[in-house]
Amino acid sequence: MNKMPVWADVLLVPLISLLISFVISGLVILSIGESPIEAMNYMVTGALGSTYGWGYTLYYATNFMFTGLAVSVAFHASLFNIGCEGQATLGGLGVALVCLFVPWPHWSLALLGAVVAGAAFGAAWAALPAWLQAKRGSHIVITTIMFNFIAAALLNYLLVNVLRPEGNMDPATARFPEATNLPGLHQVFGLIGIPFSASTPANISFLIALACCGLVWVLLWHTRLGYQVRAFGKSEKAAVYAGINPVKITLCAMLISGALAGMMAVNTVQGEANRLLLNSVEGAGFIGIAVALMGRSHPVGVALAAILFGFLYQGGAELALWTKIPRELITVIQALVILFTGAMTDLVRKPLEYLFLMARRGGK
Amino acid sequence: MALTSDGGRQATAALFAIALKGISKAFGPVQANRDINIEVLRGTIHGIIGENGAGKSTLMSILYGFYRADAGQIFINGQQTAITDSQSAIRAGIGMVFQHFKLVQNFTVLENVILGAEEGGLLKTSLSKARKVLTDLAREYELEVNPDALIEDLSVGHQQQVEILKALYRQADILILDEPTGVLTPAEADHLFRILKGLRDQGKTIILITHKLREIMETTDNVSVMRRGTMVGTVKTAETSPEELAELMVGRKVLLEVDKQPRVPGKVVLSVEHLGVRDGDGVERLKGVSFEIRAGEILGIAGVSGNGQSELLEALGGIARATGRISMNGVDLPVTGAAANGQTRRAAGIAHVPEDRQALGLIMDFAAWENVAFGYHHAPEYQKNALLMDNAAIRADTEAKMATFDVRPPIATLAAKNFSGGNQQKIVVAREIERNPDLLLIGQPTRGVDIGAIEYIHKQIVALRDAGKAILLVSVELDEIMSLSDRIAVMFDGRLMGLRDADTTNERELGLLMAGVEGAA
Repeated sequence: MNKMPVWADVLLVPLISLLISFVISGLVILSIGESPIEAMNYMVTGALGSTYGWGYTLYYATNFMFTGLAVSVAFHASLFNIGCEGQATLGGLGVALVCLFVPWPHWSLALLGAVVAGAAFGAAWAALPAWLQAKRGSHIVITTIMFNFIAAALLNYLLVNVLRPEGNMDPATARFPEATNLPGLHQVFGLIGIPFSASTPANISFLIALACCGLVWVLLWHTRLGYQVRAFGKSEKAAVYAGINPVKITLCAMLISGALAGMMAVNTVQGEANRLLLNSVEGAGFIGIAVALMGRSHPVGVALAAILFGFLYQGGAELALWTKIPRELITVIQALVILFTGAMTDLVRKPLEYLFLMARRGGK
Repeated sequence: MALTSDGGRQATAALFAIALKGISKAFGPVQANRDINIEVLRGTIHGIIGENGAGKSTLMSILYGFYRADAGQIFINGQQTAITDSQSAIRAGIGMVFQHFKLVQNFTVLENVILGAEEGGLLKTSLSKARKVLTDLAREYELEVNPDALIEDLSVGHQQQVEILKALYRQADILILDEPTGVLTPAEADHLFRILKGLRDQGKTIILITHKLREIMETTDNVSVMRRGTMVGTVKTAETSPEELAELMVGRKVLLEVDKQPRVPGKVVLSVEHLGVRDGDGVERLKGVSFEIRAGEILGIAGVSGNGQSELLEALGGIARATGRISMNGVDLPVTGAAANGQTRRAAGIAHVPEDRQALGLIMDFAAWENVAFGYHHAPEYQKNALLMDNAAIRADTEAKMATFDVRPPIATLAAKNFSGGNQQKIVVAREIERNPDLLLIGQPTRGVDIGAIEYIHKQIVALRDAGKAILLVSVELDEIMSLSDRIAVMFDGRLMGLRDADTTNERELGLLMAGVEGAA
């Protein structure tokens, strides 16, 4: 028996949660003596008011889509992958290696190679925590967090000591060859006659992220593997009854999760920076958790939530640029959104359920 | 409907410990209780019987303050009483013994009894007062429980008595028991009924909710029957029969006895030798069990739950790692390692209806059609191609199975948790039996299942036997074991206590074996 209609649960609840977080953010801005209306105006016009703003919004959204999907797939197996940050870091290493050391004739092939390498490196970084969880019962939350630090240290070492070109001062690889540069989103949109700003980092990886949303949907709801992952996630005991191998499913779910996180590097490393920098992930692995929570671990929800967080990132940057509101306050706003849309949805859901029950009773 | 014409005496409202008038309660579109009227005479044991989902539990939850009725009035001892929460129910003198006990396992009996009824800041006064009250109660009603024993050390029967003591300590005058015998041995159940009769003779009023007709007939003074949210009638127990009650519950004639032909056993299908299982703590739960089952035969395993039956089913079903030998149609099956799993067992022709359908047999959040593929998700007819599953084919198959097994509502996309217990079980049974297995493992096939569905499931089991299949039936319901099985084995402490022919054994003999008395005649 559903307490309220599905549309209310998947649309109304997140929208009201979002509204509450914005109202509280407004109060916080008011309390430091700035105008919330003005702030909102800067954020909306800055992130959505021009194709330039949209370009940045979608660039960030691409990252969050990959990590949001990664967290979602693990969630469906009842695994909490907090290691997307590290998996994306290693994904970046894979992307950088194939871009630097394989002489690609054309960007499309380079893209394919980078996707495969990013996914493989990300999956590999998730493999060990997954194996430890499946075989030894080491908790995946703990191991994946630890692997984030190991990944950061590993990349630091490699960039400083191995991959840094002779005579270069900053810890980064050399620039990738021209042939690996990905087409920007303005070129993609140009093909179908939509004018789009050419000076944004948004690139063709956005389409790959969207395709991944579709693939994850097919995987989870139309394949045997997805069926087994979901069954295992709902009840390990029942899964064993049905002859589903917990070790295999844990490994598969985490490898796919790590691969999705690793593919994020195609957007940042190959698409934007054209070289591998320290900390190119910039917390997107953690934002992915909020995106998955808000998107209810469903690819459509993840895509929408990723765009929302892209908006917050870009709008927040604009806010810091044009107002006296400190950069840190943007983090506060983002935190409030995560808190209300991710962690505290029951705050909205319970009263809403009650209202629907009352309305139904009254209508009879 | 009311029992007012007793000896021509004019009944006054105060004659009734409880009178409910026009109680209605809806959950969204589901009308759980519809205009319920019931009057319970003081100093009687009043049975309430009905199928699963008939609204018994909802009605009692309203009486105990868990839900508020949409309409209607509650009269306690003739006084209209508003019961807004369980505190006000307790104040009105109502005590409730739940099916699942609400006891703190690592507290003593005494501590549990005063929990929530402590007086003052220091426990000492309450404890010594409770100790005195408990001693009095023990003397009066055969409620002998050591006040200083830890709950976790007590048998299930004694834990239930602690629940009753809790209610009596709170000065309950009216005691509601929800399916109290589900977890008890026959002897423990008899003891419980003696306690209840003692309480009644002291003037307490008892409401007994159950689906077991025999308990109603043996214990109650009056019985009310519920069907689909309505009260269909209240009768004196002495003036009714199990057949009449069953018919009132279901709304049609019900066959209580299983109609079955003498068995024609064929070749040995399953042969088990020295099967042993240890649990996670290394404790031996199944201790070298050996038996065989032939084609066209039902082997019933009786016993109080927790004596190794679950481990036996899990070892045979490929869930638990075991030692010993399992041979199916003459071929040895792996008992340990990765090869001993549910898939290889199914491939060998073993279907398994697990004891706990909600924890093992179904994914409660999955739709019915997803559950029909559960365990058979590799079946070729459920695949569209090498990559994709054929969800449409599974849905069609689910709809067909739902029609054959009369699952209600017949909606393949409804989540398993939204079906009643009986219909959930029908989904599991349909999934396993329709595979036409050589061996069916079936545990507690009718636990929490309503009478109409029980009759149907029993018929299916017998039909499978008559089709020449082997069946291992595990049940804690002795009646079920005796009416279905061809041969009966009793499990006690992880061992098989004896193998009897169903035709020549009796309840007394099996009862002794269940209690671990070796060599019972």
